[in-house]
Amino acid sequence: MSDTALQPTIVRPTSGSRSWHDLARLAARASLIITIAVVLIQVLRTMGVIDFGFASWRPVAIVVLLWFIIYDVAHYITGGVRGQQLLFLLPALQITLSLVIFPTLFGLAVAFTEWDIGGISGPAFNGLENFRRMASDERFWGALGNNFKYVIVAVPFQYVVAFIVALLLNQQIRAQKFFRVAFLLPFMISPVAVGWMVGRSILDANRGVVPKLLASVGIDRVSFFDQPVPAFLGIVAMDSWIAIPFMMVMLLAGLQALPVEVFEAAQIDGASGWKRFWDITFPLMLPVSLTAIVLRVIFEFKLVDVVRVVTAGGPGGATDTLSLYIYREGVESGNVGYATAIAMVFLVVVLVSVTMLLMFAGRRVRDVVY
Amino acid sequence: MSTAVASDITPHNRGGVKNRLSRTAIYVALIVWAFICLFPLYWTASTSIKPREAVLQGPKYLPWVDFQPDNKGWFPLLYEPGQRANFLRHFQNTLVVSLAAALLAVALGSLAAYGLSRYRYRYGPYDNKQIRNFFLAQLILPPAAIALPILLMFVNLGLKDTREGLVLIYTVMNLPIVIWIMFDQFNSIPSELEQAAQVDGSSIWGAFLRIVLPIAAPGLVAAYILTVVLCWNEYFIALVLASTNAVTLPFLIAGQVSSQGIKWWTMAALTCAAIAPLAIIGIFLERYIVKGLTAGSVK
Repeated sequence: MSDTALQPTIVRPTSGSRSWHDLARLAARASLIITIAVVLIQVLRTMGVIDFGFASWRPVAIVVLLWFIIYDVAHYITGGVRGQQLLFLLPALQITLSLVIFPTLFGLAVAFTEWDIGGISGPAFNGLENFRRMASDERFWGALGNNFKYVIVAVPFQYVVAFIVALLLNQQIRAQKFFRVAFLLPFMISPVAVGWMVGRSILDANRGVVPKLLASVGIDRVSFFDQPVPAFLGIVAMDSWIAIPFMMVMLLAGLQALPVEVFEAAQIDGASGWKRFWDITFPLMLPVSLTAIVLRVIFEFKLVDVVRVVTAGGPGGATDTLSLYIYREGVESGNVGYATAIAMVFLVVVLVSVTMLLMFAGRRVRDVVY
Repeated sequence: MSTAVASDITPHNRGGVKNRLSRTAIYVALIVWAFICLFPLYWTASTSIKPREAVLQGPKYLPWVDFQPDNKGWFPLLYEPGQRANFLRHFQNTLVVSLAAALLAVALGSLAAYGLSRYRYRYGPYDNKQIRNFFLAQLILPPAAIALPILLMFVNLGLKDTREGLVLIYTVMNLPIVIWIMFDQFNSIPSELEQAAQVDGSSIWGAFLRIVLPIAAPGLVAAYILTVVLCWNEYFIALVLASTNAVTLPFLIAGQVSSQGIKWWTMAALTCAAIAPLAIIGIFLERYIVKGLTAGSVK
C-alpha cells in the first residue's frame, strides 16, 4: 500500500478544478505570510521593541489555527493523492506541535527566569540561578528520591500480584465474567475517590477498618499517615489497588495467547506445575511482562493524585513526589520560574530513566513504546 | 499456580484429592482478591447511608445490623438546591470535557494512525517509524512537566479555567494512547479492501470513511471508552488549570473539607454519584476496556 505514496503526484485535469487549485495555493501562501507577520509583530511587542500589536496572544493563536486549517485544506486540494494522504497525519502533528512541543520549548525558556505568577513584574532572566537553588533544595531531592522509591517498591509488587491474579483468571473457573469485571473495577475509579474513601476512611487510625484489623492481630495503633514508612506503604497500597488491574489485563491477554501445544508436550514429559511455570510460562511471558513493567514505570513516575489527597506529601516529605512539588511551588506558591526549572529537570530524568530501562529490556519489549 | 496450566489443557483430569484441594485454593484466592477489589466500593456505598455515630464510632459494616441507615448523606445532593446545582455543575463539566476530548483525540488519533499504517511519510530524516515513536513517546511525558508552561500560555490566551482549555489538553494527553490502539487496529485490516474500493473509483478518503472505519469500529469504540475513562478521572491538570468555572468531579471530591470537619456521609454519597457512571461502564463495557488496554501488547 505504501507504494502508492511513491507514485508521482496525480493532478486530475478537470477544467473546473484549475482555478480552485490556484485559489488554494494563493490562500495557503497568503495565510503563511500573515501568520509570520502577526507572530513577528507580537514577539517584538512582547520584547518591548514596538508598542503596537495585540493586548494578548489570543488573536495570534487564532491566526495560527486558521493557518493550520488553510494549510491542510490547500494540501488536500492541490496535493493530489499525496496531499490526501498527508491530511491523515497533519492535524495530529499540528495539535501536538502547538500543545506539547511548543509548551516544552517555552518551559525551557521559563526555566531560566525568576517569575512570580502573582506579581506584576513578569519574568526576569536569572540565568542558572534556579538550577543552583535546586541543587541545594532538600525537598526537591527528597521528592525526586521518592519517585524512584515508588518505582522500585511499587512496580515489582504490582507485577507479582498482577501475574498471580492473571494466572488465577486464566483457569477454567466458574463465574469468570464476574471475577473479570470485579478485578477490573479499581482501574475505573478516580484516584481522588480512592484517596478519600480508602486512604482517609478505610486506613484511618480511629474509624478505619485496616488499623482495627491490624490491632486485632497485635499490631497496635498504626496511624498510617503520621509516620514516614507506613505513610509511604499506604500510598503504595492505594496506587497498587488502582494499577494492578491494568497489569493484570495485559498479562492475562499474554497468557491467553500462549501456544497450548508446548504445555501439552511438557505435561507428557511429566514436568511438575511449578517447573512448567518457570521453564515455559514465565520465559514465554517475558515480552508481555517487560511491556507491562515499562508502562507501569512510566505511569508510576506520574504518581500525584492519591498523594495530594491523602498526605499532601507528608509527613516530613516522606510521600512527596516531584509532580506534587512542582504543583506546590508553581501554583500554590506562584514561583513558576523555579517550578518550571524543576519540571524540565524532571522531564529529562524521566526520559533518561525510561530510555535506559528500554535499552535494558531491549528487543524483548515488543516494539511497543520505541 | 501449579495446576493452573495443567487444568487448562485437561479440564476433566484426575478428580483426586490433591486436585480438588488446589481447585479450592484457586477459588479461595479469587474470592479474596475480589473482596479486596470490591470492599472499598462497598465501603463507599455503605458509608453514604451511615448516620454520624456509625462513622465516628469506628468501623461499622452492615446496614440494619451494625447501624440504622439514614439519608443524611444523600439528602443534600438530592434535595438541597444549592448542593444539587453544585454537583450537577461539576458533573456536567466532567461529562462535556470527557466526551469532547475523547471525541477529538479519537478523531485526530485514528486519522494519524491510519495514515501511519498505510502510507509512507518523510520529514527530513524522519520516516514513519520515527513519527510513530514521536507520538508514542509522549506517553512518557509526565503531565507535571508541561503543566506550568501550559498554564502560563492559557492565562494569556484566556483559556485558563475554561472547558475548551481542558478539552484541548486532554486531547493531546490521550492522543498517544489512541494512536497506539488504532495503529494496531488498522494494521490488522488488510489493505486490499481499500485498494479494491479505489480501483472502483473511490477516493482515498472515501475508501477510508466507507470501508475501513466500519471495520475498525470495535477499536474506535475501545479507544473512545478508554479515553473517556482517563479524562473522567484526570485530576492533576484540572487542578492546575481550573479554579471556579471548569471544575470537574475529582476536583469536587478532593475539595470536601468544611469548617466542621469532613462530613463523611455526604462525602461518600458524592463519591458514589461521581464514580457510578464509570462503574457502570466497567460492568457493561468491560471487554472494550480490556481491548483498549491490550492493544499492541500481545500479537
